[in-house]
Amino acid sequence: MSRLRSVQRAPWKTALGVLLTAVMLFPLYWMVNVSLTDRGAIRDAELYPRAFTFEHYRVVLGDQLPYLRTSLVVGLGTVLLTLAVAAPAGYALSKLRVPGRRLIGFLLIVAQMIPAVVMALGFYSVYNDLGVLNTLPGLILADSTIAVPFGVMLFSAFMSGIPREMLEAAHIDGASHWRTFVSIVLPISRNSAVTVALFAFLWAWSDFLFASTLNRDGGRLRPITMGLYDYIGSQNQQWGELMATAVLASIPTALLLVVAQRYISAGLTAGAVKD
Amino acid sequence: MDNVTEQRPTTTTWTEPGERATTVTRRRLPRLKPGTLAGIGFVAPLAVYLGAFYAYPLYENVSMSLHRFTRATYVTGDAPYAGSGVYREVLDSAQFWPTVVQTLTFVVVSLVFQYTIGLALAVFFERSFRLSAVLRGLFLVPWLLPIIVSATTWQWMMDADSGVINRLIGVFGVDPVWWLNSDNSLWAVIIANIWLGIPFNLVILYSGLQNIPTELYEAASIDGASRWRQFRHITFPLLKPVTAVTLLLGFVYTLKVVDIIWIMTTGTGKSQTLATWAYSMAFGKGSSAVIKYSEASVVGSILLLVALVMGFVYLAVQRRQEV
Repeated sequence: MSRLRSVQRAPWKTALGVLLTAVMLFPLYWMVNVSLTDRGAIRDAELYPRAFTFEHYRVVLGDQLPYLRTSLVVGLGTVLLTLAVAAPAGYALSKLRVPGRRLIGFLLIVAQMIPAVVMALGFYSVYNDLGVLNTLPGLILADSTIAVPFGVMLFSAFMSGIPREMLEAAHIDGASHWRTFVSIVLPISRNSAVTVALFAFLWAWSDFLFASTLNRDGGRLRPITMGLYDYIGSQNQQWGELMATAVLASIPTALLLVVAQRYISAGLTAGAVKD
Repeated sequence: MDNVTEQRPTTTTWTEPGERATTVTRRRLPRLKPGTLAGIGFVAPLAVYLGAFYAYPLYENVSMSLHRFTRATYVTGDAPYAGSGVYREVLDSAQFWPTVVQTLTFVVVSLVFQYTIGLALAVFFERSFRLSAVLRGLFLVPWLLPIIVSATTWQWMMDADSGVINRLIGVFGVDPVWWLNSDNSLWAVIIANIWLGIPFNLVILYSGLQNIPTELYEAASIDGASRWRQFRHITFPLLKPVTAVTLLLGFVYTLKVVDIIWIMTTGTGKSQTLATWAYSMAFGKGSSAVIKYSEASVVGSILLLVALVMGFVYLAVQRRQEV
């Protein structure tokens, strides 16, 4: 795995790489460009915001703050719920004797493959009966289903690498399974927990499908994706404001990519290949 | 999942000779059945969770597909049992087969391009060069952004009158394209979806490339094999297992796409797939002005069945790779 590859001295590769990245990220540049262009000039499709303005952001910040707050609450709630379910299960599946382990493993794989629209339909009918449509806990529960299977698999993949001797030593010292879990397994698995938390947050933040079905009449208790969707649905589409909202909705991703890139790339490869 | 370690017989490698031997033999007793009860306890939240928030909603979905729900009976809750009646109606409807064909087009064309471009980029990034790590990181951004953000941006870029794409192709003398009208909408959403899927393919294929031993390439280049021959005879064959997983997961993930299509075209015209069709019927938006719970559940159940089959295929592929 850990192979030292020498860094190539190939300026043309760097140049081509920069070019390819620029092409790939062009839509994002365009989003920022439009969000900074004065309303009257947007349709000119200038390559840079020649008619520069912050006006769209001023309008949008006034409108969208409640939605951003809701998204934050939903994201954090989803993180807590996901960790609470996934970490113990990961420990059990990797280190303890669990009847039906293979079945659970299979269910977790299938769970990640179930189309969200099917889940949304089922949730809608259940929530309708229970009267929890348009509530935050309802949305948090639904959003957590995106992250829990991934979380369990990531935790159990990591925890299975914890040396058995370490846990046995704790047992010999008289620690219960719970104590072993809390004071040894969890601290060692901190990085995995950060990765799971990051993804749970990003997925909950990005969710459109559950929000648009389970929380569509939630008024201001709706997340930012719905705030953005309102702009799309309105009669006279204000593209400057739309793009400014889109930029705001992208901030957490951008921030986490800068601050926590190594956790993210750990999750991306582990989640996709190792399971 | 790699739980092979669990099956390993617990040997006594740690029994040091001497003073602690007695404690060791005494403590061995509980390890004969290492924590079945604890195992159940720790996995219980997950089991309850899977039951309540996966199995039950899915049961509800299937049950709805077998009853004839309308707006009224949805409220009162006494929809008559319909057996396979609703299934037959959906399968016989004029929309079903065109939608299946569009779904397959969407999935297959997206996958072919995502995989090819992803692989090309992975090979490009395989040997690090100045800035390569940073650039590779930047390539992930589209994957992690909220899809609604990307979809909105693409929608505006594809605007017929003032979208930047039509401006760009106009430079080359191509007439403006009505990207989002009903005939072209399938291609419009495919383009956006390819863009979205490139990072996923790049990440997996790149990590697959990292696991191919460098010695193979060194031996090949000593034998005078060109870069292309090395790719065809080393890279591509050794990447096969990773390719299988990438395409399989890609298939499942692409099949369930709703947001990108919905936001760009509300699934109208040719861009309707099974997933967006179910969404529009369930919630009475887009191509279906009326709410049709049962019909939506039928389409949902079909998608569910495909997911289940793919789950088995995935397991089978994995098992074959472990041997």
